[in-house]
Amino acid sequence: MEIKAWTYVMVGLTFSVYLTIAWLSRVKDTKGFYVAGGGVPALANGMATAADWMSAASFISMAGIISFQGYTGAVYLMGWTGGYVLLALLLAPYLRKFGKYTVPDFVGDRYYSSTARLVALVCAIFVSLTYVAGQMRGVGIVFSRFLEVDVNTGVIIGMVIVFIYAGLGGMKGITYTQVAQYCVLIVAFLIPAVAISVKITGHVIPQIGFGSSIISGPDAGKYLLDTLNQIGTDLGFREYTSAFGPGNKSMLDVFAMTMSLMVGTAGLPHVIIRFYTVPSVRAARLSAGYALLFIAILYTTAPAVASFARYNMVNTINDKTYTEAPSWFNNWETTGLIAWLDKNNDGIIQYRAGAAFVGKPEFTGAQGVLGQRTISNAPTDSANELYVDRDIMVLANPEIAGLPAWVIALVAAGGLAAALSTASGLMLVIASSISHDLYYRLINRNASEKSRLALGRVMIGVAVCVAGYFGINPPGFVAQVVALAFGLGASSFFPILVLGIFWKRATREGAIAGMIAGIGFTMMYIIQTKFLGMGWWFMGISPEGIGFIGMLLNFAMVIGVSAVTPAPPQEIQDMVETVRFPRGAGMAVDH
Amino acid sequence: MDMKEYWKKNVGYMIVLLSIWAIVSYGCGILFVEPLNTIKMGGFPLGFWFAQQGSIYVFVVLIFVYYLLMQRLDRKFDVHE
Repeated sequence: MEIKAWTYVMVGLTFSVYLTIAWLSRVKDTKGFYVAGGGVPALANGMATAADWMSAASFISMAGIISFQGYTGAVYLMGWTGGYVLLALLLAPYLRKFGKYTVPDFVGDRYYSSTARLVALVCAIFVSLTYVAGQMRGVGIVFSRFLEVDVNTGVIIGMVIVFIYAGLGGMKGITYTQVAQYCVLIVAFLIPAVAISVKITGHVIPQIGFGSSIISGPDAGKYLLDTLNQIGTDLGFREYTSAFGPGNKSMLDVFAMTMSLMVGTAGLPHVIIRFYTVPSVRAARLSAGYALLFIAILYTTAPAVASFARYNMVNTINDKTYTEAPSWFNNWETTGLIAWLDKNNDGIIQYRAGAAFVGKPEFTGAQGVLGQRTISNAPTDSANELYVDRDIMVLANPEIAGLPAWVIALVAAGGLAAALSTASGLMLVIASSISHDLYYRLINRNASEKSRLALGRVMIGVAVCVAGYFGINPPGFVAQVVALAFGLGASSFFPILVLGIFWKRATREGAIAGMIAGIGFTMMYIIQTKFLGMGWWFMGISPEGIGFIGMLLNFAMVIGVSAVTPAPPQEIQDMVETVRFPRGAGMAVDH
Repeated sequence: MDMKEYWKKNVGYMIVLLSIWAIVSYGCGILFVEPLNTIKMGGFPLGFWFAQQGSIYVFVVLIFVYYLLMQRLDRKFDVHE
């Protein structure tokens, strides 16, 4: 069977599994809808959290980014895993003991303030919306590349599927679908990784193969990473494993970005609410461990894939004539993710440091003398002739390694699983922020169970449509606002959640001031540097790393303002006291 | 009084574990990555290995260690569920 037929089989099969799970886990009450009834086993919650957390970016883009950045890619590896240690030690057990439905629930109750609740719910919606737009786009792109359907049709198919299982089963439906999605995406990621590791280094475990020597070809016997460093130096790139220095991020920036991503992870509402779904405080601690274990399987494999892919790519393409380039090169050139501009007209592909031409390739529709797709972009001075989209590193991996068609189809299903699982978790946050935090907690405290559940379902529908709209009409800033989502998570929620648990004296005024100052500064810096063209004026820190400074500002404001405002009422201080001890966690309550 | 003791122990575990968390990632993976890179572990420069592999393994272990320590502590102070 050819690739396309296999892809239909794989995607069809996985989608019918998701829909079956949705039907089996449909819910009838708000507790089921918002926190899956509070009875999800730790292991299942760990898998669901892992799928929830790992988006299309983790599955498709991350290995590619590392492949091009070398050492600096560690920012994402450490940043997107280290946050779980903070979650497990500082937040998850206590928020579980507190036992409500959403993050604004905790903020509103702990800081005895509707204003704080409102600020928190606006943050939660904003963070989740920026994220979800990118996910739906990812769904559309996977559909269009592998099944040759229109991107927009792909987005709509994805919307319908998510609406069915999230609307029917709420958090419960999402949780058990995510368990299945985790299994699909991890298998899809590991099979090509193992096959390529065996091919290049002879080791079955990619994490070991990555530090071993190459078994065949001109570099046989040399360590893979040494070879990559050599290739880097020869072609004018930085050494793959070396840190900082010219052309690299500064130590301070690497530090700030890693911290921003870690703290941002621990402050993202769709991750935090997963810990409300387990039956006990003990299970919350344990499921954070499982979640990180399941995430680590992909996150330690990704840098191995990155190095194999870099080696393979340079070796099979560089200084080869266009006519002898492997078939995957032409396949991906067709999709526009690879472009070749033969600057010196020698018919040979030269891959060097620097961009080959200005901007993304704009194909003229005509073919060059050798059959390559010609482009109209202005060439640069660089000797480089090759444009390679970083997403190729994972998507084309099975083809580069010469794996069978069903593996390629599996990667497509894995990419879809990663994007859909994250999208559904985010949509639940958006829906619950409006139907629970805004409508039930702030507008109508007498709403019946039935009407609240109905509203929750309607809001899922609305969230799906909004996400779909952004998926079909992606605003130009989608890629850029991902930094904003992490910056916001880091600079708004994390400090006030941690202080709310560990410092009884933290007051309402302190929390509101902290959230506003943290978000305000972070947003201002990102807007200035990303959209208004200002330089990185704060100690040369990139907009991706500024959430770290916003977080420090938030901490300082909460502590400073709390010190000069009246202490929280006694019952709040008592509540903080009870949150610290596991006994009596019981079920999540909605009063 | 007992509860104060329980909380103090818990905070103590957290400080130790978070120090390890910071040392492997921010220490070995970022601040001292260059000197560590002069040491080789198989094909890996050590600092690079910490940044792209080692720190993640340690993170996983830290969470499970905290889980086990707290389970024991909860029992000892009779606050378990």
